[in-house]
Amino acid sequence: MIAAQDTRTRDNALTLVSVGLFCVFLWWVPNNLDGYKLRIINLIAINAILGLSLNLIYGMTGMFSLGHAGFMAIGAYVSALLVLTPEQKVQMWILEPIAPWLANIHTPFIASLLAAGVIAAFFGWLISLPILRLGGDYLGIATLGFSEIIRILITNFTPITNGSLGLKGIPSHTTLWMSYGCLAIFLLCMVRLMRSNFGNVLRAVRDDEIAARTMGIDTFKMRVLAFTLGCFGGGVGGALMGNLITTIDPKMFMITQTYSLLMIVVVGGLGSITGSIVGSILVTTMLEWLRIVENPVTIGTFEIPGIPGMRMVIFSLLLIAVIIFRREGIMGMREFSWSWLLGLGRKRGGAAK
Amino acid sequence: MTQYALTVNAVTLRFGGLVAVNGLSMEIPMGSIVGLIGPNGAGKTSAFNVITGFYQPSEGCVEFTHRNGHTETITGLPPHRVCAAGLARTFQNIRLFANETALENVMVGSYVRQKGRWWMNLVPYVFRAAEAEQAEILKNSMTLLERLGLAEYAHAPASSLPYGAQRRLEIARALATKPEFLLLDEPAAGMNPQESARLLAFIRQLRDDFDLTILLIEHDMKVVMGVCEHIWVLDQGTLIAQGNPDQIKSDPRVIEAYLGKEAAHA
Amino acid sequence: MTLNMFVQHFINALGLGSLYGLIAIGYTMVYGILRLINFAHGDIFMLGAYFVFFSTVMYKMPWAVGVGIAILGATLCGLLVDRVAYRPLRSAPRISALISAIGVSFFIENLAVVVFTGMPRPVVQPPMLMKAFSVGGVRLVPLGLMVPAISFVLVSGLLWVVYKTKPGLAMRSISHDIETTRLMGVSVDRIIALTFAIGSALAAVAGIMWALRYPRVEPFMGIIPGFKAFIAAVFGGIGSIPGAMLGGLALGFVEIMSVAFFPKLSGYKDAFAFVLLIVILLAKPTGLMGEKLEDKI
Repeated sequence: MIAAQDTRTRDNALTLVSVGLFCVFLWWVPNNLDGYKLRIINLIAINAILGLSLNLIYGMTGMFSLGHAGFMAIGAYVSALLVLTPEQKVQMWILEPIAPWLANIHTPFIASLLAAGVIAAFFGWLISLPILRLGGDYLGIATLGFSEIIRILITNFTPITNGSLGLKGIPSHTTLWMSYGCLAIFLLCMVRLMRSNFGNVLRAVRDDEIAARTMGIDTFKMRVLAFTLGCFGGGVGGALMGNLITTIDPKMFMITQTYSLLMIVVVGGLGSITGSIVGSILVTTMLEWLRIVENPVTIGTFEIPGIPGMRMVIFSLLLIAVIIFRREGIMGMREFSWSWLLGLGRKRGGAAK
Repeated sequence: MTQYALTVNAVTLRFGGLVAVNGLSMEIPMGSIVGLIGPNGAGKTSAFNVITGFYQPSEGCVEFTHRNGHTETITGLPPHRVCAAGLARTFQNIRLFANETALENVMVGSYVRQKGRWWMNLVPYVFRAAEAEQAEILKNSMTLLERLGLAEYAHAPASSLPYGAQRRLEIARALATKPEFLLLDEPAAGMNPQESARLLAFIRQLRDDFDLTILLIEHDMKVVMGVCEHIWVLDQGTLIAQGNPDQIKSDPRVIEAYLGKEAAHA
Repeated sequence: MTLNMFVQHFINALGLGSLYGLIAIGYTMVYGILRLINFAHGDIFMLGAYFVFFSTVMYKMPWAVGVGIAILGATLCGLLVDRVAYRPLRSAPRISALISAIGVSFFIENLAVVVFTGMPRPVVQPPMLMKAFSVGGVRLVPLGLMVPAISFVLVSGLLWVVYKTKPGLAMRSISHDIETTRLMGVSVDRIIALTFAIGSALAAVAGIMWALRYPRVEPFMGIIPGFKAFIAAVFGGIGSIPGAMLGGLALGFVEIMSVAFFPKLSGYKDAFAFVLLIVILLAKPTGLMGEKLEDKI
């Protein structure tokens, strides 16, 4: 018992120290790295939030959803419409005038984030009621259908969304502190949720729905709840993304967007919170790093022309390779713990001797 | 007067033209251990599925009486409500939550009685009662594992357990829902004679310790005859005999159903 | 709306619908056998269109040769996809194969961008197919009639193969129980490959006719028709070949006729299929002609 107490104290201390170090890093970054690198670091946090929320739906509860891009779109639009100033809005709507009730709404960024999450969650809940009765691949295709419908609606509801022109000049509210702050809150909630008995119940619904029902679990209610919570995350992630990139249009939220989130979740490990973080770091940096192949490279006097589209070719090959050769991803269903990390170090150290 | 825990009233279950269960009636005394037997495809598991809410009977109903004497109709309730009412079951082909540990499997069973809501666990130090309940569930689940001799497997994934332990874990998980009535679907399947002999004592122990009424489906006649106080025999969906083990053993219709006509007349 | 216009819309819908139907057959056959949504199927359709574009427009081959090359090329691609991306996952959970299918689809599309460039390219229609003639005051072009006619012939031929030949029997048998079929000595992998080959060949034919109808090709042209055709397959009852054709026709008519009667809805045209999908999944998940699959407790 004393040993367990010691381990916990040690773990808490280690966690505190690493959080502190990370804060120092966040404070150091803006003054020392260029805007491009800053953006990638920001994107890692946002993708981690999105990956975690998709993992809650797919990895933890076993609902194969391909609709995350749609909920991101809702979140991004809600937040952008709330933070744009009335003057900006009047100037931007060229094709059709903006809906009058919308023209003068203006809220602080945090409020817009919450609204983005809540409205995305509301739509998620509404949609989940009919379609979560479906299972497996049918659910995937139905959610994909919904995300396409959302996109088509956004393209056509010009008085509210400015149609295919999209929204420009969104204030860049998504600072590092903002995105990592949101990630920290998300992470804390996810860890506590999945460690509670409710987390066991969600995993039970994923592993064997019939057995879960026999255990007195209203599996439908659980799935609706997990789906709605995941959509909340999707909405907040979309809102952060919009406020980072400062321009959004319906084309941003095509199925490709969902694929990269799927890649994050699958590479990291379905059902692992740690996995989604690791997956986000790897996939985000890789996607940026792969831009190299699309730019011309000069070696000595030779110039190799860049190949547009090659980035996505490699990306999709990696997705196929992961699913064929390492289906459980990097983490499998395991989670990070200090004991595991220290054990790893010790094993390596022992081998070196 | 005997009090009945479960009353099955003329239940018929049809799938299209096929009659899986035909006018089945049973009255199961409270606190008893009883059996439902019959050849393969006789409709035993279908009867289980009607009682536990997975199938809606075409006709008839099932009534459940609590220990406190309160009676309710459970036909028409979805499976999770049947469980909440106090009936728990196991499956013929074990259905554990394979990726979760034995302990987590049992904790899932406790969820149906858990009062704290999911959001109470999001923030630390605010909802003390929910946190205390959570700790309580963990402790009780561990105790349950110990009582069923599964303590050593507590942190192992359910799918890695030996076969016999998986069967016991399924029972432990069912017990965690705090049932008054337990349905066991072929608990002795795949066990050798020594293990089945131990199972006999184990089932009796369960009934006494947890104050249960137990209905079991079983093919192993040694188990059925050894533990059941009353037996119903199904053949092709129809009840062909009932009575205590001795009556069933000598009933020509039962022998006929199991072994064919000639054996019955021999 | 005049009768003349209605007939034109009708023939238009028949053409679009039969193209959806041809693509849908590939989805329905693969799903019927492997329970896999072959996401890459729409991209095979795109490849068929590109192959015919390159052989006839770029290399000036005769149309008959170009069509042959396109069908052969797309069929080989379909077989390759099955061999590389699906066969290693036969025993894996179904969703893994589905993710692999998504990856393959994504791969083919982007490879097409790299190889063919992302620019849409115009297809030159053979003048013979576009020579308008009029029947009872209705203006028609041969292409408009050719598309449904060819589709009808191909589907009839396919039904004959599936219901009257030995490989067809093996296909139907696999769709009921893959393991038992294997035990009966049927080379399951070969029959599955045959299924992919047939589906891809039909998709290629659809791709060629699509390229002729909307005379251009581009790397992402397979995505939306692919999804719609899958929806048509679900609508008709997944696993059923006549169902796929029927679903395709139904979808073609819904799209053409609703826009014809309510021009204001044209912006939402692509949403109809998805709305239809959700309605059908909720009302009758087995589709018009499908069989019921149930979980065993």
